[in-house]
Amino acid sequence: MESAFVSEKIKNRFGDRILLDEMSGDMQCITVKHDGIHDLVRFLYDDEELKFRFLTSINGMHFPDGPEKFSIVIHLHAWTHNYRLRLKAYTSQDPPVFPTFTDIFPAANWMERETYDFFGFRFTGHPDLRRILNVDDMVGFPMRKEFPLEDQARYDKDDKMFGR
Amino acid sequence: MDPQKELINKEYNTLNLGPTHPATHGIFQNVLTMDGELIVSSEPTIGYIHRAFEKLAERRPYYQITTITDRMNYCSSPINNMGWHMTVEKLAGIQIPKRVDYLRVIIMELARITDHLVCNSVIGVDSGAMTGFLYVFQYREHIYDIYEAICGARLTTNIGRIGGLERDFSQEAWTRIDKLLVDLPKGLKEFEKLLVRNRIFMDRTINCGPLSQEMALKYSFTGPNLRATGIDYDVRVMTPYSSYQDFEFIIPVGTNGDTYDRFMVREQEMWESISIIQQAIRKLEKLEDKTTFHADVPEFYLPPKDEVYNSMEALIYHFKIVMGETSVPKGEVYHCVEGGNGELGFYLVSDGGRTPYRLHFRRPCFIYYQAYPEMIKGSFLSDAILTMSSMNVIAGELDS
Amino acid sequence: MSNITKAPPGYEGPGFFATKIDAVVGLARKNSLWPLPFATSCCGIEFMSTMASHYDLARFGSERLSFSPRQADLLMVMGTIAKKMGPVLRQVYEQMAEPRWVLSVGACASSGGIFDTYSVLQGIDRIIPVDVYVPGCPPRPEQILDGVMRIQELVASESIRRRDSAEYKELMASYGMQ
Repeated sequence: MESAFVSEKIKNRFGDRILLDEMSGDMQCITVKHDGIHDLVRFLYDDEELKFRFLTSINGMHFPDGPEKFSIVIHLHAWTHNYRLRLKAYTSQDPPVFPTFTDIFPAANWMERETYDFFGFRFTGHPDLRRILNVDDMVGFPMRKEFPLEDQARYDKDDKMFGR
Repeated sequence: MDPQKELINKEYNTLNLGPTHPATHGIFQNVLTMDGELIVSSEPTIGYIHRAFEKLAERRPYYQITTITDRMNYCSSPINNMGWHMTVEKLAGIQIPKRVDYLRVIIMELARITDHLVCNSVIGVDSGAMTGFLYVFQYREHIYDIYEAICGARLTTNIGRIGGLERDFSQEAWTRIDKLLVDLPKGLKEFEKLLVRNRIFMDRTINCGPLSQEMALKYSFTGPNLRATGIDYDVRVMTPYSSYQDFEFIIPVGTNGDTYDRFMVREQEMWESISIIQQAIRKLEKLEDKTTFHADVPEFYLPPKDEVYNSMEALIYHFKIVMGETSVPKGEVYHCVEGGNGELGFYLVSDGGRTPYRLHFRRPCFIYYQAYPEMIKGSFLSDAILTMSSMNVIAGELDS
Repeated sequence: MSNITKAPPGYEGPGFFATKIDAVVGLARKNSLWPLPFATSCCGIEFMSTMASHYDLARFGSERLSFSPRQADLLMVMGTIAKKMGPVLRQVYEQMAEPRWVLSVGACASSGGIFDTYSVLQGIDRIIPVDVYVPGCPPRPEQILDGVMRIQELVASESIRRRDSAEYKELMASYGMQ
């Protein structure tokens, strides 16, 4: 399957909601408007010629200095054609809100919980959106750029040794 | 069924299959709602060993991240290391010579053997057969000796560098590999005689924790767990990396997706790994090039120490690499390898700085452990334990 | 082979052997420690290698691993302890009956290791008292065995009144335990 074929099909269906369609790195990467991401994934899943039926991963990104603050990155894989695709959608809301993908791929359940845990993404319609890897009563979202990496409760670090 | 009996209110009891498991699997908590011995529903809690790898990776230069990847699937850490190196090489556009590819294949297949040996012997232990574990770990010690001859460490190997390997395999390493290729088949046959056609083991594991193909695809299973259901998806064949397309191997698949099939798939994969290592050794002998062990990329690969002390260029490259001043191109890349548990993916976004902007690990264990509550619904508690151990969930990979 | 272990210093006579009770009790305890392997991550795999036949742990008397804290003497904490796991570890330690010893295996358990992050407990001695630390990432099985042998030395030379002494009580109080 060629990237031109995929682009063609998606453009016919979604037209102006596609913001960017390029080869980024090694994969075709389609950036879609925030309100079109769920429909796009549903279309890619249902379409009989494309058949993107395997969800590889969902993760979030945070751009504190960028034009848009958050983005979600979805990797899909069509096994019958052995074709991989990357989808992105940006938003500047805080907390970022996206529709859940668990109705299409049940595997997205924990992936979305992890994205919520790390960045604070809210997935509307998710059956059980709560923290998964961090402590339940944690305040703050650790993967955001402003969250400190190191344990702030350490009292035995010698600043001189750590270059501070 | 007697209609009177159906009207009786059932009272379920809650059992906490707590975080402190018997020492084999890592720490997960499952709160089970049980109807006597049958499990009605379960709720897993993970994150008891969350070490924030992704956040840590944003702080470290590229060559220091290998030590983090070691600790993900720690039963087969060389595969994680190689996967990471290949990701950076993909981003930087580095071409790897064939000889390095074949050496990497040998290391990765050895790692796959260690991972499957742990999983299969632990399935034996959990069903009561401790002997297999004791015999099989002896071969793991031999493989650890090989790792020590190659890189110096046993478990958290940090093997290889971006651009190749840090040193060529010594004669000692080759001697040990040859000896392993003679001893391991005998040991595996012995292990198989103990369990494979053992009436008790078969009764215990057949139909224990079955997984249908639809459920496996819905939950994005990959690796031996998926292949046990009958779908032959293997990253080494779909998206070959490190010259896997030059090798001939079959992909073993099961039929039912139950514990016995998972055990057998892993067992067969070990035989295939042995055959791949033998093929790699033969291919290495046929190559004219017998000395390269790294690509010629002075921006990423440290120059040899005698050159650093004698030549100005080498000194500058050494300084730049260690200080993290080498320019990695901006961009994003996704690379996946076939880990011991399935498709281990690395999504790397670089903004040209010395550390990644974002590194996301696609961890197979994390994704397929979601299906565990559905798999054990309606089964007995002892079957639930066996299902978990046959899925080979490794805590380091689950909680990044 | 006459003796399996050396007899403590004492006075021997026909049909009797007189020594201090501390020495005899210590000798018995040290050669029959029942460990609780609290294995969380990579060090746990090295522990499995230690338990296997190549580096046998059973010859030190630790043949029976106890997974119930009520029946264990030695708590071997192997691997990273995250903050989420801290209360669990504390609960396990509190359930153990006196005398109990703690062996912290690996860099992560001793001091947080390479993971100086928001989610990792920087050393288990923040929540429970530790007797012997085994450094390494992961430590080789020989190092783990060395750690067990140091624990054995501590066990052999411990006075049986130690757990009632003021110093011990103060140590426990500093951790908030009785």
